[in-house]
Amino acid sequence: MALDRWIALAFIALCCVYGYAAFFTMDDSLPPILRRNPIWPSTFPKILSVLGIIVGLVVLFTPKPATGDDTPKDGVIDPSRLSDYNLIQAIALLVLMVVYALALRPLGFLGSTIGFIVLGGVILGERKLHILIPVAAIAAGSIWYLVQEVLGIFLRPWPGFLA
Amino acid sequence: MIEGLLMGLAAAVTPFNLMMVVFGCIIGTLIGMLPGLGPMSIIAIMIPVAIGLGDPTAALILLSGVYYGAIFGGSTSSILLNAPGVAGTVASSFDGYPMARKGQAGKALTIAAIASFAGGTIGAILLMIFAPALSTVALLFHSAEYFALMVVGLSAIAAFAGTGQVAKALMMTLLGLMMGTVGEGALSNMPRFTFGYMELQSGFSFITLAMAMFALPEALFLVMNPARAAQGDAGKITGLRISRSEAKSIAPVIGRQSLQGFFIGVLPGAGATIASFLGYAVERNIAKGAEQEEFGKGSIKGLAAPETANNAACTGSFVPLLTLGIPGSGTTAILLGALIALNVTPGPRLMIDEPAVFWAVIISMYIGNLVLLILNLPLIPYIAKILAIPRNYLIPFILFFTMMGSYIGQNNSTELLILVGFGVVATILRFADYPLAPLLIGFILGTMLEDNFARAMQLYSGFDFLLERPMTLALLVLAALLVLLPSYRARRARKRAEGVADGD
Repeated sequence: MALDRWIALAFIALCCVYGYAAFFTMDDSLPPILRRNPIWPSTFPKILSVLGIIVGLVVLFTPKPATGDDTPKDGVIDPSRLSDYNLIQAIALLVLMVVYALALRPLGFLGSTIGFIVLGGVILGERKLHILIPVAAIAAGSIWYLVQEVLGIFLRPWPGFLA
Repeated sequence: MIEGLLMGLAAAVTPFNLMMVVFGCIIGTLIGMLPGLGPMSIIAIMIPVAIGLGDPTAALILLSGVYYGAIFGGSTSSILLNAPGVAGTVASSFDGYPMARKGQAGKALTIAAIASFAGGTIGAILLMIFAPALSTVALLFHSAEYFALMVVGLSAIAAFAGTGQVAKALMMTLLGLMMGTVGEGALSNMPRFTFGYMELQSGFSFITLAMAMFALPEALFLVMNPARAAQGDAGKITGLRISRSEAKSIAPVIGRQSLQGFFIGVLPGAGATIASFLGYAVERNIAKGAEQEEFGKGSIKGLAAPETANNAACTGSFVPLLTLGIPGSGTTAILLGALIALNVTPGPRLMIDEPAVFWAVIISMYIGNLVLLILNLPLIPYIAKILAIPRNYLIPFILFFTMMGSYIGQNNSTELLILVGFGVVATILRFADYPLAPLLIGFILGTMLEDNFARAMQLYSGFDFLLERPMTLALLVLAALLVLLPSYRARRARKRAEGVADGD
């Protein structure tokens, strides 16, 4: 089964959970006065879940249109050749983003941002650290200045125990 | 109209707002040139900055400057590298890249700049004429019609998604609508689908969603497939001038395509991409003899047509946004989200309640086009240097800016985890060829759709409004036709292909 059908199946499952919540659990906490309304908070979700299941089934059971050209287009990602791509790098960068999210508060903005840009570059294969680190430091510093001083949004620059 | 124009002029021509136009155009051009980063990603990245300004006029001016700049920048990389940064400029590479190969890169960029300028300016004039008229009609609409109109808009976006894609686009729209119901509804302030998480109480942040849907998958694709970021030597660019006879031959093309592009842009779901391809096709068909042969090999007409059409369509897509409050494209949907965050609700009342915002945007369109022309013509050789940034630096910065964008809005690092999670989901959806713009449009329109639906239900105490208001019914039938017609035709085509006799 192709990936898009699996997604349609997952979508139908999501609609079932969503619909279950809308039909059976959501109205329990509705105050009696609101029950006299023609529309409840669950009305719209109910409609959506039914429509979602129908559309999901349509996607699931529609035969694939016969496309004439199977030639891979330049620069277009082809899921069947997934292993040819730099999948490891992409996953490593995603993990790095999660680490950044978790480190942003305890490490402070400057430290975690410099770390992110430098490690991101290293993951992608950059080895000229003497250029990468100053670039990251200057960029992090100037963005911090822009956000904190110009836009007036608080960003803690240093690790929590220093400030 | 004159009064409005003067008001817009007064609001737009302040030193700060002028600076915003220039700044927006430069940023848009610079980032739009990078292959893989379209106007949607750039505007999504710029939203926190725009909201930080606090002034809706300045914010909208900045964002529309970014929008034009991005489209223009996209054509630069199409022409120089055959690597369109934006889907709307793919058609520009058909003739632009051959011209660049023939050593006419400078001329091609000049034609692109002039065609974009003309398309944008003529589009702005048409917008000025049509938007007030349309919003007068729109004032007659009630919540029932609004509800129906939004359904039409959403179906049109799905219907234009392409053959075999309608059901998929519809599925994404529904997913977007469902995601829009998470959090406290306007109806009863009762938290829905939050599963007890405080973070979900106010719903998903639309900036995070926009970043996760567009910027993050693009960046990941650049990582996975380096060929996508076809990097080359921009080389030396000389000979920016075009001759008088060349100007004469592209003038009618520009005239036709400004009109055609604008009206295609007005249609929900069509937008700059379709306008540019259609513009190219139409001009190739009406060109005669030798000129037609030239198309695809470096024809100046073939370059001017999509360039004019995509800019005119960008302007056209502002019509439904500003008059009905319904975005016709992913980009205008993001703009709508930004406006709502700034406490401005686009729609027919916009021209009455906030005329300064409306007219300032129109004036800033003229200024933005002018700035792009003046700024970019002499700077093109230098701007093209940005294409030489190594991807080892570029990608971490793109990822960092997506994260900053969603972090600044909420000041909450849970948002970053949500961003990564949705980004992974969006990338998988992209792999399976699901269109993502309908999801975001559904998400943004979801709340409004439900509000209008609820109001209509309350006014008519039930579903009676569907039958009592003929216009609502007509619009809903139209929506159903829009969705069903392409699938019906696809089905017939498939049956014919299989050699099975048609039942009808």
